[in-house]
Amino acid sequence: MGNSNVYNILFCGTGGQGVLKASEVCGVAAVNAGFKVKKSEVHGMAQRGGSVESHLRIGKEVYSPLIIPGQADFLVSFHEDESKRMNHFLSPQGVDFTPFLEKVNQLPDHRLVNTFFLGILASRLPIPEKHWHEAIKCVIGKKIDENIAIFRMGFAI
Amino acid sequence: MNQKEKTIQFLSGDEALGRGAYEAGLGVACAYPGTPSTEILEYLSKYSEVDSQWSVNEKVAFEVALGAAIGGVRSLYASKHVGLNVAMDPLMTASYTGINAGFVIVVCDDPGLHSSQNEQDTRWVSIYGKLPMIEPSSPSEAYRFIKEAFQISEQFDTPVLFRMTTRVAHSKEGVQIAVRTENEKKALPMDISKYVMVPGNAFKRHILVEKRMENLSKYAETTTLNSLETGNSGIGFLTSGVSYHYIKEMFPDASVLKLGFTYPFCDSKIREFSRDLKELYIVEELDPFIEEHVKTLGIPFKTKENSYRIGELQPQDIPRIVEGLPRTEVKSTARKPVLCRGCPHRFVFTILKRLKVTVAGDIGCYTLGATPPLSALHTCICMGAGITVHEGLRRAHPDQKIIGVIGDSTFIHSGITGLINAVYNNMKGLIIILDNSTTAMTGGQNHPGTGQTITGQKAPRLLLEEICKSCGVTNVDVLTPFKFKELESLIRQRLAEDALSVIIAREPCRLIERRRSPAPEYVQSKCKKCGLCLSIDCPGVVKTEDGYITIDQETCAGCNLCVEICSPKALRQHG
Repeated sequence: MGNSNVYNILFCGTGGQGVLKASEVCGVAAVNAGFKVKKSEVHGMAQRGGSVESHLRIGKEVYSPLIIPGQADFLVSFHEDESKRMNHFLSPQGVDFTPFLEKVNQLPDHRLVNTFFLGILASRLPIPEKHWHEAIKCVIGKKIDENIAIFRMGFAI
Repeated sequence: MNQKEKTIQFLSGDEALGRGAYEAGLGVACAYPGTPSTEILEYLSKYSEVDSQWSVNEKVAFEVALGAAIGGVRSLYASKHVGLNVAMDPLMTASYTGINAGFVIVVCDDPGLHSSQNEQDTRWVSIYGKLPMIEPSSPSEAYRFIKEAFQISEQFDTPVLFRMTTRVAHSKEGVQIAVRTENEKKALPMDISKYVMVPGNAFKRHILVEKRMENLSKYAETTTLNSLETGNSGIGFLTSGVSYHYIKEMFPDASVLKLGFTYPFCDSKIREFSRDLKELYIVEELDPFIEEHVKTLGIPFKTKENSYRIGELQPQDIPRIVEGLPRTEVKSTARKPVLCRGCPHRFVFTILKRLKVTVAGDIGCYTLGATPPLSALHTCICMGAGITVHEGLRRAHPDQKIIGVIGDSTFIHSGITGLINAVYNNMKGLIIILDNSTTAMTGGQNHPGTGQTITGQKAPRLLLEEICKSCGVTNVDVLTPFKFKELESLIRQRLAEDALSVIIAREPCRLIERRRSPAPEYVQSKCKKCGLCLSIDCPGVVKTEDGYITIDQETCAGCNLCVEICSPKALRQHG
């Protein structure tokens, strides 16, 4: 956790990869677990293959909806190019998810990379598992069993 | 309340505003889609108690909503900043008529131009239009403030401007929601002197408007929409909107006066706030709106360096502003958006590029036809201008090959008047309506041409070809752009004729019909590395290190445009 008792999570990737959905699941889980949450992103051009980023901040009190460069605790990147682009956001102690991209090929369905990453993230956040499952059901809404299985694979890493 | 609804919901600024308006007894809501305001009406349309609509354009939306408010039902208009420009005509006079039931004008600015053609600061409309303005700084404030907006509207007999920015509209947080309060419907007004704005009546109304602004100035001093936090560092910030949260993040110990009721200004409150401070800073995004006013109060303050008038603020900017430093130039490395794989627009722009024509463009996904390597669209000003700027360009250069392009939703929005103008003034030329049968850029909203309303109910489908014919256009053709060669020869033919022609290039948006065919086959031995296939800017055609190409099987939609233009025949249809 950063110095201000806030978890700063930066999701990034390209349009259509499920970046916004992953951030949404995490936000819903955190709200349901009783945290104050702020999430900020930009829509519109996102579906057109452009860069997509979603800032998510979770804590007891959160002001800015945007993360300050150098203060992200987690860089949840779905694309190596985007990792490089957003790397300056990561804090020195922050966790870079880019190496986990290598494990995506081992997934039964690599399109579910976002739930896999959520699993990895969940193991590092103080949000009880039931809230994650509920958020996946509520936000993703389809292929629930498959998604939860892949979420658990991520959690185990 | 629906038992299934949670009392704390994770809502965006747009959704929270919608929820608050719903709870305030909103009866009629009208909008034309536009980022970042689109989700307001999308959210409201799920409530059967609210009569929601996608209007044909913002002027229409404004007038329908105003009519409902004059009729005695709480109503709401929503658009993005440039959309409000389209509705400025009724806005300026609605300020004079006032309302019968609450009327809120929601406008979403886009500092940083995330998805807009300019970066205008709509706060100035409050001064120009003599209207009170409310600015929430977060989704939960959008929820709370919109309820107050309706009360203020009714208390002072005025439309209320409700201004958000992208970072408020598209941020999310947990919002505590409540139940809806129904309002009593009022009788139809018969007050001619109030609602018939002929000179004699309007003159008297103007007197009342000035009186109203005086009363609103007094109200500004007491409203809880303006909030004061006293810190212990001796420095204070005067601010509004999302900038407040950046200040709290970076200077938690400072005093802050946050204007939620931004206009008219609370002069006494500002004076009192500044009195005990060692240093007052004014921090606001875009224009020096608060700053220009505080100058007139004669209060000393420090403010942002001029470079911060461009683009949105970020939390890390606040310390630099305090130190008087300019914005650090950061070169954007963001991946540029491109037309989707299999997008029908790509076929049209590939042809236009080949024909080396000048293209007057419009607002929509197809504006991406301007980005290299396509570079086949040469103007983009506002909705409707694809047709009218085409006319102007042709009047300036009657001997040049000039084409206008416009989308289906934009054509209905404000292209039809331009088309009638061209016919009436004996203009020759060629307009291509890029009809993907949806409002694509904002996420696929219905419009009169789709034959469905905002809630998906069936509506009479407006046939664009019939409209064009009735306007008096000489040649009207409808063709799918996927018939590449046919379309190309038709465009060549129409361009050569001395007539006004419209070609409707009709094919549904790829995001609606996610059809996929097998990817084409690539025979590298035939490839001459000419780069033609790369010139179409398709995300599925990827250049390899050795100068050849590969078709990304994951990305390719199988539209075969690359096959169409590959002259060495190195690419061929699958199978």
